[in-house]
Amino acid sequence: MALYSEKVMDHFRNPRNVGVIENADGVGEVGNAKCGDIMKIYLKIENDIIVDAKFETFGCGSAIASSSMATELIKGHPVSDALELTNKAVVEALDGLPAHKIHCSVLAEEAIKKALKDYYDKNGIEYDKTKFPACEDCHSCCSTH
Amino acid sequence: MNIYLDNGATTKMSKTAINAMLPYMDGIFGNPSSLHSTGQAAAEALMSARERVAKLINCAPSEITFTSGGSEADNQAIISAARIGERKGKKHIISSAFEHHAVLHTLNKLKKEGFDITLLDVHENGIIDPEEVKAAIHDDTCLVTIMFANNEIGTIEPIKEIGKICREAGVIFHTDAVQAAGHVHIDVQDQNIDMLSISAHKFHGPKGIGILYSKKGIPLTNIIEGGAQERGKRAGTENIPAIMGMTAALEEAVENLDKNAAHMSELRDMLIEGLSKIPHSILNGDREHRLPGNVNFCFEGIEGESLLLLLDDKGIAASSGSACTSGSLDPSHVLLAIGRVHDIAHGSLRLSLSEENTKEEIEYTIKAVTEVVEYLRNMSPIWRDLVNGKKEFIIK
Repeated sequence: MALYSEKVMDHFRNPRNVGVIENADGVGEVGNAKCGDIMKIYLKIENDIIVDAKFETFGCGSAIASSSMATELIKGHPVSDALELTNKAVVEALDGLPAHKIHCSVLAEEAIKKALKDYYDKNGIEYDKTKFPACEDCHSCCSTH
Repeated sequence: MNIYLDNGATTKMSKTAINAMLPYMDGIFGNPSSLHSTGQAAAEALMSARERVAKLINCAPSEITFTSGGSEADNQAIISAARIGERKGKKHIISSAFEHHAVLHTLNKLKKEGFDITLLDVHENGIIDPEEVKAAIHDDTCLVTIMFANNEIGTIEPIKEIGKICREAGVIFHTDAVQAAGHVHIDVQDQNIDMLSISAHKFHGPKGIGILYSKKGIPLTNIIEGGAQERGKRAGTENIPAIMGMTAALEEAVENLDKNAAHMSELRDMLIEGLSKIPHSILNGDREHRLPGNVNFCFEGIEGESLLLLLDDKGIAASSGSACTSGSLDPSHVLLAIGRVHDIAHGSLRLSLSEENTKEEIEYTIKAVTEVVEYLRNMSPIWRDLVNGKKEFIIK
């Protein structure tokens, strides 16, 4: 289908890092079923390095591809790098997304941030609160409703 | 494997339709409005097409207007009836919540002009109750517009009964028969229909051509102004090749209707039975009163676009009412109208058959859908929550 780039289709057809990490160091879930997409990201963190990342996604092709790409982009990287991951970087790595699908990449960014926040909170680590969305339940879908 | 199960969106043109068009592209290419014999040959073809089409739905040739398709026919029917009503001070229109957007958006336009619009409930089975139509009719009602068959869930409405109620009340009755024509018997006299819309590409005819039937005595309001074509009610040089293709396609469809319906119903029932075995799935639309070629399911825990893309990879062309496939944030208004909540409306699948589909294709499709639904559920966080009992299943 010409709707998506080959990269998107590759990550949709062969998603990397699908699954669950038991006893994950950080878990973040965003989106809601009403809007048609939910992403859940699991992180395994050792010595401030994301040694493993997995995801579960309910959503369209670009939501699954965005989750796959986002986990690929942070795996093996320091937590500080993951915190800087933007939806734009996910879109670029996927060779673009259609305009009405950009929110899928935003969800991926937010899911990772939420998982990192969970990691910080669990471990009592201080962090810059401005780097996280003010309202946890807000995401691109509902803000445009 | 290449299985086309999206005939509700559009159909492949039949050889009969293609062959019927060809002579009007070169040999008989004239403009029917021209006086010379090249033009008059086209005019004769147009006249014969009008007669043939009229015969197929049991009306007079003068009651047929050729349009650019179903949407234009719906627009013109509704606007015309509204203008008639307006002149008499009647500005109330009755329709249903799950009409095609060609109807709903036209009604919205009229609402902004001050018309009062009643959208009837379509109930969980997707069938409108004629008694509710009767109860909704007031002294100022100028039009009832109810679709013959729903495009997404395939339910066939009690058109004859609704038509009878409208006749008795002296209210114009229009029906959008885009999904029904060529698949269900239509007889505008027997079924008490005053106005009816048809689109050719839903029954193996060409795209961009349709029919508006309007009973004698119902003056049409122009949507397109210009020349005097179509008794001055629809300007623009007639698309003769498309009209000839549509006419041939409709004749062929009506001629083979019973045979095709029997074959398609058998495949439809096989599909419904097979897909019902998927846990937490539900058929959308009434089991009995539905088009011979329509199957529509919701599968809990998954999203429709992913389902379509993976089915496409397996060679199956289908459609969905999920928000992601509609390009809007909300899932199908049809599924919402029959009471499906957003969460499961996103996980819908429509498979619409043609007479060319085979049992082997259906068996393959049941297997493919079952596999893809299971695959997507296994990566769905909602599904995990449902299975672990953290959330309650909506579809039991």
